[in-house]
Amino acid sequence: MSNPKSPLSTPEQELAQRTRRGFLGLGVGAAAAVGGWQWLWSQPQMGGVPMPLRRVLDANARLTQGALFGDQHLAPEFPPERIQQIRANGDFGLEAPLDPESWRLAVTPYRGAAPAQLTLADLKKLNKLDYTAEFKCIEGWSSIVRWGGVRFRDFVSMYAPGAERAAFVSLETPDKEYFVGVDMASMLHPQTMLCFEKNGQPLELAHGAPLRLVIPVKYGIKNIKRIGAITFSDQPPLDYWAEEGYDYYAGL
Amino acid sequence: MVTKRLEQKHSFGKRWTHWVNFPVLFVMIWSGMLIYWANDVYEVNAGPVAFHFFPDAIYRTFNLDHRLSEGMAVHFLFMWLFAFNGLMYVLYTVISGEWRDLVPQKNSFRDALEVMLYDLGLRKQLPPQGKYNAAQRVTYSAIIVMGLGSLVTGLAIYRPIQVAWLTEGLGGYTWARLEHFALTLGYLGFFVIHIAQVVRAGWGNFQSMVTGVELVDNKLEAKEPVHE
Repeated sequence: MSNPKSPLSTPEQELAQRTRRGFLGLGVGAAAAVGGWQWLWSQPQMGGVPMPLRRVLDANARLTQGALFGDQHLAPEFPPERIQQIRANGDFGLEAPLDPESWRLAVTPYRGAAPAQLTLADLKKLNKLDYTAEFKCIEGWSSIVRWGGVRFRDFVSMYAPGAERAAFVSLETPDKEYFVGVDMASMLHPQTMLCFEKNGQPLELAHGAPLRLVIPVKYGIKNIKRIGAITFSDQPPLDYWAEEGYDYYAGL
Repeated sequence: MVTKRLEQKHSFGKRWTHWVNFPVLFVMIWSGMLIYWANDVYEVNAGPVAFHFFPDAIYRTFNLDHRLSEGMAVHFLFMWLFAFNGLMYVLYTVISGEWRDLVPQKNSFRDALEVMLYDLGLRKQLPPQGKYNAAQRVTYSAIIVMGLGSLVTGLAIYRPIQVAWLTEGLGGYTWARLEHFALTLGYLGFFVIHIAQVVRAGWGNFQSMVTGVELVDNKLEAKEPVHE
């Protein structure tokens, strides 16, 4: 090794030294990158992904909900002629036969108010909401659909007053096979609805009859079909796909 | 005998952002493929030639299937690194004045064609050039615009309600997704040509991207055209 303080005699020698140093630096950088990558995947899992990735998903969600964007933007609406065929994708929680006559929506209001069992007729007493928007699946496809139902916001005022103070809403299928947790701000969004009509017709079973959630500010995974129970809470409720490595917020 | 001297070729800021971008972009493309797999609807149909993105063999060989959640989690971390590093490069290039060597000039688009013909052996003379030839000016500027395009189209499909104005401006959600994908194909095309040119330009050129310096003849008039 030459003494770095002594002047190098030729440009060739200096280049050789700088090349050694340069590639050593590149090698150290590459080793650090590989080490960082291995560290990432060695971290404890949290909801199906390594903890640091979960933290970043949550931080991205806070950024979206916070000052940067706000969370009351409306999903664009479309003219009815742009309605598209929508595929029936998820069937978790839809396996048991459904008897529309005996179906009830079990509502557990916030902080100990009396629980209620609602029929579809109870919900239809609220003002009808009807719009055409783009439904977006987390897989990457999307379809323009006309939905009909009642605003979740109106539902809370009528059947669970005060529950808007809760931080989260939990929604489950009657058999509890599928369940989602959604932040209250997104649930109170003016386009979030308890839906019983698709393209002007009663919902089909495969699309969530008798009652589903339509929440255009979230990916399809949060748009739970065949709702059996609604609960309000301050802690994030269990969420089917968030346990499988997906973003809990899943917001658009 | 011709004496030689070391000449500064690539600045520290440029080399640093270049080598950081390499693995970061790789991870973005890889995680992007994990996401794309879940709805892999794009194909090119040019008469008799049809290519589906991507054949099952590619997913299987590189273990890209059934990993959507992982792909999203990685993509939405590395997007920050990609954006930050790109921003650092642009800021550095602007502040240092190096943008003057890089942005296309009036004749660059026409000259770039001549450079291409020269590189393909179809033309004997290169048009006059500075540190970077016309084809490099066009390509290295286009790739930065593409990077910005990936960020913009990416945001449009990441938060299509929050930035509905942007998503609509790009032609809607499904178009924005296709544009995001097409830009990635552009990077792959860039990568292939870039590597071929680096191999062609030889060791001295490659090592200068690592060390920053290259050995040049003291007689400057014999300077060889730079390709990388």
